Amino acid sequence: MSHADNSTFTAAERLREQAKGRRKYREALDRAAAVTISLGGIGILATLVLLLVYLIYVVRPLFVPAEISSVVSFSAAPSQAARLPPVLLSMDERTETVLRLDQSGQFSWIDLGSESIVLTSRLPVARSAEISAVALLSGEPALMAIGLDSGEVFLVSAEYGAAAGPESGARNLPRRLSYPFGRLPLLTTSGSVSALAISQQRNELQVVAVGANGQIELATGSRQSSLTALLDPASLPEYEWRVARVEPQIPDATRVFIDGDHQYVLALDANDRLSAFSIRALYEGGDESFSSDAIANQPGKVVDAEMLAGGRSLMIADDLGQVGQWFIDVSDGELLLHQARVFQAAMIPLDQIESEQRRKNVAVVDVDGVFRLFNTTAARLLTEQALVDEEIEAMTLSPRGDLLLTESESGQFLAYPIDSPHPEISWSALWERVWYEDYAEPAYVWQSSASGNVYEPKYSLMPLTFGTLKAAFYAMLLAAPLAVCGAIFTGYFMAPGMRRTVKPLVELMEALPTVVLGFLAGLWLAPFVEQNLLGVFALVILLPVTILTASVAWMFLPKRIRHRIPEGWEAALLVPVVILGSWFALWVAGPFEFWLFGGDIKAWLGSELGLAYDQRNAMIVGFAMGFAVIPTIFSIAEDAIFTVPRQLSSGSLALGATPWQTLSQVVLPMASPGIFSALMIGLGRAVGETMIVLMATGNTPIMDINLFEGMRTLAANIAVEVPETDVNSSHYRILFLSALVLFAFTFIVNTIAEVVRQRLRRRYSLI
Amino acid sequence: MRQKLRKWSRTGTPWIWINAGAVAISIVMVLGLLGVLAVNGLRHFWPNEVSHGRYLAPGFKPTELIGELTRTEWVPAEVLIASGLRVDPAQERYRRDLWKLGNRDLNGIDFAWVLADFVEEVSTPENIAVFERKQGGVLYGAISSLELGEESDPADALSDDQSLWAQFQSRLKEVRELDKQIQSIQSEQLARANSDLERLRLRERAAMLEGELSPSLTQQFSARRLEIQVELANLQHQLNQLYAQIERDSVQVRASNSVEVLIPLAGIVRAYQPNNLTLAGKLSVYSQRLWEFLTAEPREGNTEGGVYPAIFGTVVMVLLMSLFVTPFGVIAAVYLREYAKQGMTTRIIRVAVNNLAGVPSVVYGVFGLGFFVYLIGGEIDQLFYAEALPAPTFGTPGLLWASLTLALLTVPVVIVATEEGLTRIPRSVREGSLALGATKFETIWRVILPMASPAMMTGLILAIARAAGEVAPLMLVGVVKLAPSLPVNGIYPYVHLDQQFMHLGFHIYDVGFQSPNVEAARPLVFATALLLVSVIAILNLTAAVLRNRLRENFRSLEI
Repeated sequence: MSHADNSTFTAAERLREQAKGRRKYREALDRAAAVTISLGGIGILATLVLLLVYLIYVVRPLFVPAEISSVVSFSAAPSQAARLPPVLLSMDERTETVLRLDQSGQFSWIDLGSESIVLTSRLPVARSAEISAVALLSGEPALMAIGLDSGEVFLVSAEYGAAAGPESGARNLPRRLSYPFGRLPLLTTSGSVSALAISQQRNELQVVAVGANGQIELATGSRQSSLTALLDPASLPEYEWRVARVEPQIPDATRVFIDGDHQYVLALDANDRLSAFSIRALYEGGDESFSSDAIANQPGKVVDAEMLAGGRSLMIADDLGQVGQWFIDVSDGELLLHQARVFQAAMIPLDQIESEQRRKNVAVVDVDGVFRLFNTTAARLLTEQALVDEEIEAMTLSPRGDLLLTESESGQFLAYPIDSPHPEISWSALWERVWYEDYAEPAYVWQSSASGNVYEPKYSLMPLTFGTLKAAFYAMLLAAPLAVCGAIFTGYFMAPGMRRTVKPLVELMEALPTVVLGFLAGLWLAPFVEQNLLGVFALVILLPVTILTASVAWMFLPKRIRHRIPEGWEAALLVPVVILGSWFALWVAGPFEFWLFGGDIKAWLGSELGLAYDQRNAMIVGFAMGFAVIPTIFSIAEDAIFTVPRQLSSGSLALGATPWQTLSQVVLPMASPGIFSALMIGLGRAVGETMIVLMATGNTPIMDINLFEGMRTLAANIAVEVPETDVNSSHYRILFLSALVLFAFTFIVNTIAEVVRQRLRRRYSLI
Repeated sequence: MRQKLRKWSRTGTPWIWINAGAVAISIVMVLGLLGVLAVNGLRHFWPNEVSHGRYLAPGFKPTELIGELTRTEWVPAEVLIASGLRVDPAQERYRRDLWKLGNRDLNGIDFAWVLADFVEEVSTPENIAVFERKQGGVLYGAISSLELGEESDPADALSDDQSLWAQFQSRLKEVRELDKQIQSIQSEQLARANSDLERLRLRERAAMLEGELSPSLTQQFSARRLEIQVELANLQHQLNQLYAQIERDSVQVRASNSVEVLIPLAGIVRAYQPNNLTLAGKLSVYSQRLWEFLTAEPREGNTEGGVYPAIFGTVVMVLLMSLFVTPFGVIAAVYLREYAKQGMTTRIIRVAVNNLAGVPSVVYGVFGLGFFVYLIGGEIDQLFYAEALPAPTFGTPGLLWASLTLALLTVPVVIVATEEGLTRIPRSVREGSLALGATKFETIWRVILPMASPAMMTGLILAIARAAGEVAPLMLVGVVKLAPSLPVNGIYPYVHLDQQFMHLGFHIYDVGFQSPNVEAARPLVFATALLLVSVIAILNLTAAVLRNRLRENFRSLEI
């Protein structure tokens, strides 16, 4: 008995235990589900934030100033006593080796890893000779023009070399001097060589030397494409040299330069007067020399000058602490110097200037030894750094611009690693007019692909933003009236039966892929409009007229017919009218075009109004994108009108107002916030639309409001250029920036629209 | 009458009619667009009549024209004179026809504008055939003889056009069979063996990177490699035999201007004599071409053949996307409707949902490329596919990233539709379930979600329709103009998430705007666009029907 009791008890208890366990499990499940679902809900918010944060994360490095990190200091000279001042410092591509040349013609290779001299070699010149001028050609091996106080100029090539190591692979390149153009002097000037310049462009090498009394000598080497050179790429190129004397002399010439296109030799004299001599004229005879006092007329006195990378502008540092960028422009027999921009680098005189080899960066050091790095395109101070107190005797920037090396008078070397991956970007480079090299005036230009080796990238977002707004404007011009009017009729006047067919049609319109719209616009509509341009204009004018005529005609129809169609079906009646009206407009335009415009309205537009006509133009985009935007605006606006509480309009009608009065005085004011938010969302869609613009315009980034020309929008630009760009390059980040701009724009527009709609919904629910 | 007009304007009737006109214009625009698409898209497959004529333009030597008339336009005489044609200035306008002349390899061009006034002796000879070739586009011409390899027997030579054509067709059928075999060997067995070889190489490299490459393992690898190489050689041998067979026969065709062309039968996809076809025959050719369009691989830089890989790629991408978007969207909607306290939080989340819906699609593409492809994909490659580096596996645009990106893009659609469904379920249902002792989650899982499932389906279908038509983000995260193989096939690992794929929408953009011969590609693009629009229209209609059914279902509950 007790045994049985016991067993029932335990069975019941077991059941209770089980139920308890089950309940616990269910509760745990419920709680877990609540947490998961809440996380999922918050996940939506997180996604939006992630989108924003990631875009900012990619874009941010563009605006971070350049950074100079941990300075390394070392002394590589064997002894202070044996040290002679350097005339040249130069670094190789990987910043492994420094080449140093001193006054006596002694070359030293300094390994930056071990911070010691690994090799020395002397120029084969007399012990007594002293180097008076050096010019270096960027690239590897380093080609130098070396001028002696005896007036001789040599060309020497120095190989930086590389030790075999895991980094450089199996290469073990020797460090040595070589004389690819022979050991004889290339030029001889009278007296000591005071200034030198060297430049290479394609197959031409130019060397200019200034001797005593302003005697300037020019040597030009042209590469011969000989058969041996073609067969054996390793063989040294053969050059054929010509020499000319620059006339007239510039008595106190202090500096010479060669422009990037090898058209002119430029000489700056002690009075800061710049003279230009046409190289062609120097060889072929004839006097083509020009001079300008534009630099001399500046308040400051020139302390140092150098050509900017690419050889198109001259950078002048003066004793008032200013750095000027001068564009050299010879036109109409006159040397025009344009001061494109000025940097107030310091309030004290400057001392030295140095250009980066590949980018439009320029470094200046003032007399107090403060180093500053500027980018000319971006008009931006990248970084500044006080160097040591001692006098700097020589400095050099590495080819990639990632290391600055100075040597002070005590023989101390200082290496400053510079981190400036995106110097060419600044607020002004993106959004303001920039005076680019080879441009007559400051302009907004987007031109991201490089056309040359040393290239000034043109990243103005203005033409793209302008194109975006232009496309959106023309799209809204078509979409806003059609969609809002359509929404008014559908939401207020239309019979329910017709509404049930119209709404799915609009939904279908919204679902049409934009790529199909773009394709039709580009390949079908664009040629059609080009053929029937006048007809399209006739359409715009004739359609409203036709509709009103139809309305009047309908009123005069006998009641018998009129009453057969219930109210609210006017739109259906108008469908054939619209078709006929369009056909008529297109048909009537043909003869009119012959009669008024000689059969070709496009030619007339071009000759009479000066409007260019592209087949794929803003009008086509307006049509296609308008088509894409209509359903968006339509459905939201229609929703706002339709959901206006019925009692309001019923009251108005009961008080004797006509339907139109009720609509315009009661319903529309109520629904206007909804219509506003519909227009905003439509605008957001038009701004971000990609495929239609990509396919229906020529995608040229121009700034012209002309209806008959194309544009390039931010979105289309992203789609075209992102697949071609390098990850994390400036170009890549700028494309992300344009995505961020798009995101921000649509974010603001959509947030406003959504807040307005939420308010409206609450207002309706109160009534 | 005056009074009537005054009443007309005072009651605002003109405004009402203008508004009605806006609706009518929109309707005409939509229907017109669909009409243009349907006409141009469906016309492409119809075997058009091929005309023959002699063109005697002033100042040009007479040429023979064989081809199809595709378009006609009127041009003023001045324009023609300005372009250097010697036409009569007295005649105001000239009709200009665009002839599709085909024979690209012979003439260099396959379309020509021709002034209708100078075409003479226009006829439609029955013996002219259309040869759709694998390379060089369409060829128009008449068969002059068949050259049947070693079997050819001079006694067999047929003089009768009809029987020559019949014999040609039967040989063509055999050759097409052989071609099918070759294709299947190439795309299945050969591809599988090559992929085996590549995987073997990667496994060996992985072992080497791990430092586990022992001599015995090396031996295993080489043995296996030898095995595969033998298999490859066998397959190659089989293929060579088939090639020998297929390349035996050719056909001699007399094209325009009496040029004789020898076409190997292996290079012909289809041949028919359009002027000789009955209506049934034309319908048969029409359906064959339509079928080819839907099921075949593209040819000639995508300008001819089918769009099967693009259809397949779109479907796979969209299905994969559904896997991501459905749970995410449904959970978010359930949170908004069932869990969250209606207030500031839900308002902010609703703003976020609407913002996600409004962010331009290309921004999603940029995000997908940077975040998914380069950041996450790059990490995955470092961790799991180190042996394949520096060639990226997931660190490059591909199917997985494309579907994830589109899932983000379409999640608002699912949320909105699901939420609408949840709103429609009456409170009484929830309260009943809770009163019976079910927990909140059980109520949702067992009662609410099943009831809301049509709404979820609606959302998903709308999301799919949206994703199927989206191109801009895909251009950045994984779509490609010509994929070497399908993203799902018989080769291990069967579903290639890392592969790039083809997509109908991108196909339209690429073929319509990037191909060198836009005129030749245009009909195919129209057909592709029509296909895409039909798919999307069907999806949308399904969604609309489902939604209506849902509303009907709950109407009874609401009372």
